Amino acid sequence: MHAHEMPDAEVDRLFHALADATRRDIVRRVMHADCSISELARGYAMSMTAVQKHVSVLQEAGLVAKRRQGREQRVAGRLDAVERAQHQLERLEQIWRDRFDRMGTVLSEPAAGGVA
Amino acid sequence: MTVTDVHKDPQTRTMTITAEFDVPVERAWQLWSDPRQLERWWGPPTYPATFVEHDLRPGGLVTYFMTGPGGDRSRGLWHVREVQPPRLLVVEDAFADDEGRQSEQMPVTLMRVELADREGGGTRVRIASIFPSVEAMEQLIEMGMEEGMRLAMGQMDAILVD
Repeated sequence: MHAHEMPDAEVDRLFHALADATRRDIVRRVMHADCSISELARGYAMSMTAVQKHVSVLQEAGLVAKRRQGREQRVAGRLDAVERAQHQLERLEQIWRDRFDRMGTVLSEPAAGGVA
Repeated sequence: MTVTDVHKDPQTRTMTITAEFDVPVERAWQLWSDPRQLERWWGPPTYPATFVEHDLRPGGLVTYFMTGPGGDRSRGLWHVREVQPPRLLVVEDAFADDEGRQSEQMPVTLMRVELADREGGGTRVRIASIFPSVEAMEQLIEMGMEEGMRLAMGQMDAILVD
């Protein structure tokens, strides 16, 4: 599964970030409207530090962005990143369609390797 | 070559794609068993693959690298789980670091290749890619689709009302 329009490491960060229920929920919430860390922490009965860690993972995956507003840090969703993530599934299909095409090319040629 | 079926199933974390070729199963199998043929189709023209080790036996290791336009290389490896020539190959496809060691952070995809005789001649090739985590895949689908987005927004509203 090598998607080359998007670097592998980036794809992996997306998958990892979305593999956790709390992080998925945070993404849903901040896609709807910006939240501060403390607002998020109230929603999950979780320490601010724990929420910060989740937000950092999401930020590294490009799913959310942090911005400072006065003394507060707000977390906002990045819809483009989510759309890109969904796109990966379609891309996997395309990767295999392309591979099948190339297989067809190889198979259409005279058998190779038989003659020394 | 004709792609006859594509199926993406979040429940089983599987994407299955089937294509038919006008060659016998034994010939199609060489696409996998011969590393020189394998590297002609595994990577796209812009990232051609070079297979280094190619031990297609249960427990065997297959290693490869793909070379980008700028000379950059990405490495991968297969742990071979099952082989029944010329009909079945099951491997774990993993990413590797610059030294060729399997990456701990990268997800491992299970790839199952099945070759079957097509009625009237030819081969049906079925590839199943199984994702490492059901949550990741479900969520990718759920969150990306417009309907899924609206659903997610509804769930979010419910949280705020609580």
